[in-house]
Amino acid sequence: MLRILVIEDDPEAASYLVKGLTELGHTADQAADGQTGLQMSLDSDYDILIVDRMLPRLDGLSVIQQLRDEGNHTPVLILSALGQVDDRVKGLKAGGDDYLPKPYAFTELQARVEALARRPKSASQVETTYTVGDLTLDRMAHSCRRGETEIPLQPREFRLLEYLMQNAGQVVTRTMLLENVWEYHFDPQTNVIDVHISRLRSKIDKGFATPLLHTIRGAGYTIRDTAH
Amino acid sequence: MTRLTRFTRTTAFKLSLLYVGVFTVMSGFLVVYVAENTDHLMSEQVVQSVDSELKGLADVYVRGGVRDLVETIDRRSKHPDASLYLLTDFAGNALVGNIARLPTVVLEEADGGLRRVRYTRLGQNTEDIERQAMVRTFELRGGFRLLVGRDLGDQLKFSNLLANALRLWLVVIVLMGAITWFFVNSRVMKRIDDISATSRTIMHGDLTGRLSVAGNNDEFDRLAVNLNTMLERIELLMQSMKDVTDNIAHDLKTPLTRLQTRIEVALRDSKGEEGYRDALEATLDETDHLLRIFNALLRIARIESMAPGTVMEPTDLNKMVAEIAELYEPLIEDEGGRLETDVPSGLYAECNKDLISQVLVNLTENALKYGRPDEGSLLIRMSASLEDGRVQLSVSDNGAGIPEKDQERVIERFVRLEESRSEPGTGLGLSLVKAVARLHGGELRFKNETPGLSARIDLKRAEPDGSGSGNGQGGKTGDEAP
Repeated sequence: MLRILVIEDDPEAASYLVKGLTELGHTADQAADGQTGLQMSLDSDYDILIVDRMLPRLDGLSVIQQLRDEGNHTPVLILSALGQVDDRVKGLKAGGDDYLPKPYAFTELQARVEALARRPKSASQVETTYTVGDLTLDRMAHSCRRGETEIPLQPREFRLLEYLMQNAGQVVTRTMLLENVWEYHFDPQTNVIDVHISRLRSKIDKGFATPLLHTIRGAGYTIRDTAH
Repeated sequence: MTRLTRFTRTTAFKLSLLYVGVFTVMSGFLVVYVAENTDHLMSEQVVQSVDSELKGLADVYVRGGVRDLVETIDRRSKHPDASLYLLTDFAGNALVGNIARLPTVVLEEADGGLRRVRYTRLGQNTEDIERQAMVRTFELRGGFRLLVGRDLGDQLKFSNLLANALRLWLVVIVLMGAITWFFVNSRVMKRIDDISATSRTIMHGDLTGRLSVAGNNDEFDRLAVNLNTMLERIELLMQSMKDVTDNIAHDLKTPLTRLQTRIEVALRDSKGEEGYRDALEATLDETDHLLRIFNALLRIARIESMAPGTVMEPTDLNKMVAEIAELYEPLIEDEGGRLETDVPSGLYAECNKDLISQVLVNLTENALKYGRPDEGSLLIRMSASLEDGRVQLSVSDNGAGIPEKDQERVIERFVRLEESRSEPGTGLGLSLVKAVARLHGGELRFKNETPGLSARIDLKRAEPDGSGSGNGQGGKTGDEAP
């Protein structure tokens, strides 16, 4: 369960977000302007902030900047109707951790919020080995094993699996994979990611009793051990 | 506004007024200058002749006394066009001369100074004709006073002539002003009125109106041609906006209608939770598609509104193409095709990496969807080269190509040549490529190869980062050698 603060001035959008997040089992508060939002995030300890860029009294980027200046490093997801190219760069430069242009699907937002919450907060927290079921990824040795079998991976396949395992048990969307594994910030029309996933799947799941890499319809993919 | 004020406010009227004013002042100066000088010259002549006569008469008096003087004056005053003479004794009685009347003060102050006086000539038929003259009076020994002068009639006549000439000149100038005004008004103002009339019809919504071009290539023609070009651009933009609106209406209507139908069907035939779930998932797919269209439209609009040259940096094309190729190669192979790349290493372009990557993706996806040959397997080629100083980035396939007549059309928003629209997509891919190309100061061009289609955009070449800084240092150390 996460404590989430939604700083959004549009009451309809805000209540839709709060309701959706609450239904997922999180606690969500709402602030209707930048000043209140900044105060609330400084006063109490939130896990995630969802900040709209255009806010009355204090705009979203300034909120994030002042927060960072105060030494507060709560992960921030920026929402923006502006949406493209340089806006994303500006948002991340101001200290945001992820950027989601409006209009967005709620599943996309949910996946990103959960990925942000799982992100290691400092370098010392970064795990050198990820394990899901009998699948192990050694980030130091750049090797992957399933059970006793050594699985050879291409560099990109390694990064793809690494990102999936970092968010093990959570849904990651195609856009998140494109952004984090390939570092592209656009929306391909075809199923280009699916092909990479199916190649990875054939390497890590083919010939094993329990599949680990699952497709979540209408959302994306997840890696988890269903045996538990 | 009354007719008069409207008339006086026209540029032609003001110009004519200025013209008349300036020429009047200039002519005035000229006339005054000529008049002054002539007057001066003539006065000098008068003084000279008066002086020489006085000298001669004084000699006569010295040599022959009063008698000779009287005789000489009498003789001279009978000449036609004679000077003016008058000799008086010490009591002021006239002895001889040709002056009938004269202000007495002239004779009383016989100091030899020049005076301008009114007088009446002796023996003039018409009495009381007063004339003007320049005279000098001297006192001779024995109380006699001698006056000699010249009539100023000619000089006055000349002054009058000049005054008349000036008046006539003014009339001519005003007339010329009127003619100029008439010319300017009928020719120039008519064209300006033409332009305002045409712009009024355009303002009322008729964008097809064009300004008339006389064909003599004057400044009005140039103005008209420029305005016409502007109007054509506006008309084109309006037309494309209308097309886009129509297309949006059409392309959004279809998925929205489908969405509505699905919801209605699900509500009518309730099939329990499973049925509702299926229906909801299907509607989610539709809304995803709708969102994708909106995002693509927003993105294109955003790129089109960006100033050219913003958010760009030198980018290694070899690396960029290799990364896209790596992303797409598995997909192309799955579809039974092949991907080739041909980019010389060290080729850099001034561009936005995200946007140009998107261009490559869109062109590659188009090649995947529409570039498949009837026989044999699909071959997609990504290549970059330097031609005429610009970097040419192209994606080609070995399919059927696009008929030349359709090449312009496919770039328009929502245009998809395949009528059935069975392939997924928004129909906005090439519009985005075109907008990105424009942002980079280039164009999107198609070329039918044999076989296949090649789509290319041109970019500004860039130098790789950090090169060239070493050369400047080297040259400097050479100069420092002692």
